[in-house]
Amino acid sequence: MKISVYRYDPDRDERPYLKDYEVKLEPTDRMLLDALVRIKTQDDSLSFRRSCREGVCGSDAMNINGKNGLACVTKIVDLPAHVTLRPLPGLPVIRDLIVDMTQFFKQYHSIKPYVINHDAPPERERLQSPAERDQLNGLYECILCACCSTACPSFWWNPDKFVGPAGLLQAYRFIADSRDQATAERLDDLEDPYRLFRCHSIMNCVDACPKNLNPTRAIGKIKEIMVKRAV
Amino acid sequence: MSSSLPVRRFDAIVVGAGGSGMRAALELARANLKVAVLTKVFPTRSHTVAAQGGIAAPLANSTEDNWHWHMYDTVKGSDYLGDQDAIEYMCRRANEVVIELEHMGMPFDRLENGKIYQRPFGGHTQDYGSAKMAMRACAVADRTGHAMLHTLYQQNVRANTQFFVEWMALDLIRDPQDGAVIGVTALEMETGEVALFQGKATLFATGGAGRIYAASTNAFVNTGDGLGMAARAGIPLQDMEFYQFHPTGVYGAGVLITEGVRGEGGYLLNKDGERFMERYAPNAKDLASRDVVSRAMTTEIKEGRGCGPEADHVMLKLDHLGPEVINQRLPGIREIAIKFANADPIREPIPVVPTVHYQMGGIPANYMGQVVVPEAASQEAIVQAFYAAGECSCVSVHGANRLGTNSLLDLLVFGKSSGEQMIKDIRALPRPQRNLPKGAGDASRARLARLDSASAGERVAEVGADLRKAMQAHCGVFRFPDELVKGVEKIKEIAARAQRTHIQDKSKVFNTARIEALELDNLVESAMSTVVSAQARKESRGAQARADFPERDDANWLKHTLWYKEGNRLAYKPVHLKPLTVETFEPKVRTY
Repeated sequence: MKISVYRYDPDRDERPYLKDYEVKLEPTDRMLLDALVRIKTQDDSLSFRRSCREGVCGSDAMNINGKNGLACVTKIVDLPAHVTLRPLPGLPVIRDLIVDMTQFFKQYHSIKPYVINHDAPPERERLQSPAERDQLNGLYECILCACCSTACPSFWWNPDKFVGPAGLLQAYRFIADSRDQATAERLDDLEDPYRLFRCHSIMNCVDACPKNLNPTRAIGKIKEIMVKRAV
Repeated sequence: MSSSLPVRRFDAIVVGAGGSGMRAALELARANLKVAVLTKVFPTRSHTVAAQGGIAAPLANSTEDNWHWHMYDTVKGSDYLGDQDAIEYMCRRANEVVIELEHMGMPFDRLENGKIYQRPFGGHTQDYGSAKMAMRACAVADRTGHAMLHTLYQQNVRANTQFFVEWMALDLIRDPQDGAVIGVTALEMETGEVALFQGKATLFATGGAGRIYAASTNAFVNTGDGLGMAARAGIPLQDMEFYQFHPTGVYGAGVLITEGVRGEGGYLLNKDGERFMERYAPNAKDLASRDVVSRAMTTEIKEGRGCGPEADHVMLKLDHLGPEVINQRLPGIREIAIKFANADPIREPIPVVPTVHYQMGGIPANYMGQVVVPEAASQEAIVQAFYAAGECSCVSVHGANRLGTNSLLDLLVFGKSSGEQMIKDIRALPRPQRNLPKGAGDASRARLARLDSASAGERVAEVGADLRKAMQAHCGVFRFPDELVKGVEKIKEIAARAQRTHIQDKSKVFNTARIEALELDNLVESAMSTVVSAQARKESRGAQARADFPERDDANWLKHTLWYKEGNRLAYKPVHLKPLTVETFEPKVRTY
């Protein structure tokens, strides 16, 4: 198969370029990541992040033929004969397929991603009914790969002000947790022209999420709760 | 090599941001100490994220249970090589650390009464090994490790822990006077800069070295970095021959399928459709210990009852559980099976094969995380200011075979206890920081200089691939004397080749070729310690199954192995058979 990869090493290159590789696949090569690892055995200068190779660590997010995804769970058979790989859009490129995710994590941290509960901790677990626990499904599974936020034009324009779909999905994860007591504080923090309301529901995030999560729906729920408390 | 490295000083250095590193960091940060956590990947990318089935704690939410039973199961699971004081310590603190994790926000599955959901797991029984299984594995669907790692990261965000993300630790710095640990050298991947991190206490929480094998459930990052650093600094590695083969790695891909599948009622079939585990473990069947199940599978395959055209795997059946259970309790498994095995487990079985999964051995430590080595009269003298926790350590609670769900527990209990001990030790120190020894950091700079200057040599990827192939071929589920001897020779050759590698990429910026070359040094120490220790141990115990010595030999081998890099030599030390407060569980024949 033919793979064209975005290459840029600030130590060496004046400007980025696409480099073409003809990859001879082995029968055991199933995923796009396998093909990248094969390229790297020939050209060790190709740089990308990878770790778990099973879609749970979120390291190898990249732009695959124009769409964000994880290389390790993208099947080669589902791809055309010529694939073009670029770094995730909208974030500064450090080198090749590696982007600087500082801004992305800053937004994640800004939503206070932890349960806030002011009661003294009981001796045993805090009780939560299965129905209450079900509210967290589709939220807690996020792997922070940034496929969604870097597919979102609002995040491209205002990465410093708009929390972005990944951060907002987690904001709702804590609002939805029956053990959390900081809903009002969390809503106050998001009631802002940028932090939440830059989402225009174009649903690129839903399309991009490799874990089939739905940030747009979570954002809708936050807006709903805000409206309810306003009236 | 004349100019010295920049020095950064902290109260505590934690190397690794998986479960144990982050649990320790949390303890340290909450004590208002200045902590640096170095990690070569963003914390939530650490391999703890891939743990699936659960975390053990005798909460007794669904079946009667207590720490005594859990302790017995762990001792028996370890094939009596586990240290019984450490095992008692871990089992007694299990409920505390799991409840704390729940209070931190861990999204545990729930029972109707609102308590934490628990499922059965291999080797976890009621009433000291009765046929009744204990429901002891606290689960978040089949994503327990992911939920735990994120919860711990979130708490560290709250505690303002200082992370050095994408910094790879290179070498351990010790005081030549008394061997105390002063810190580590580390490389910032983004810039290529090297710095010396000095601490009053240094914890290794660097994970295992499962990547020394060709077929592994482990992430790419599991290259035994802590083991390599410790070995190069003269610290022995303990019980490295004991590598756990998980029974159910996806055939061909190596990706893990949790034992929780069998906990929920799934079982293994050979090509005749026979539920063969009934023959090997009449009571526990598919929920026998992992070493037992992996050997049974390998025997089935060897005797021609494997599945597929090559008759080289078996099938894991779970369609009878129904879509509801699969979608609610095992959604991640379904995702993995569809992606990596082209099999939807709601309709068809998953092809599986025993796959390297967990390293029981590691840096010798006690249950307070203090690293201990033989010195003068003592078998276990404390190495000052050096601690180890999690998979890189050997405490030893897992002995010769770890029980499923005890690894996440190990991370929390010993992450916390080493954090507590570090706080105590730092506060008791008479002086703030030691003087740096002359030439600190020279070893790291020499390694980097070699890579920078080498203009010819073998590719790192080739040498690494040969190492993994050699370990797979010569040090597998069953171990044969001639194969082991060949294995030792091959790894020695590969160790020499690893000194003559060459990388084309000389860039300063995010040079992953350089990182892989540095990792290879750590893989070599890990593989060497494993195969040399395995070759020397002339018995079968837990994960070490010797074809020529099929029986356990307590008279000669109820002892821990210590491997030293210098001279490639071995020493042994006794097992702690005496628990803290209860009676010893005497070694007996192990059946399930």
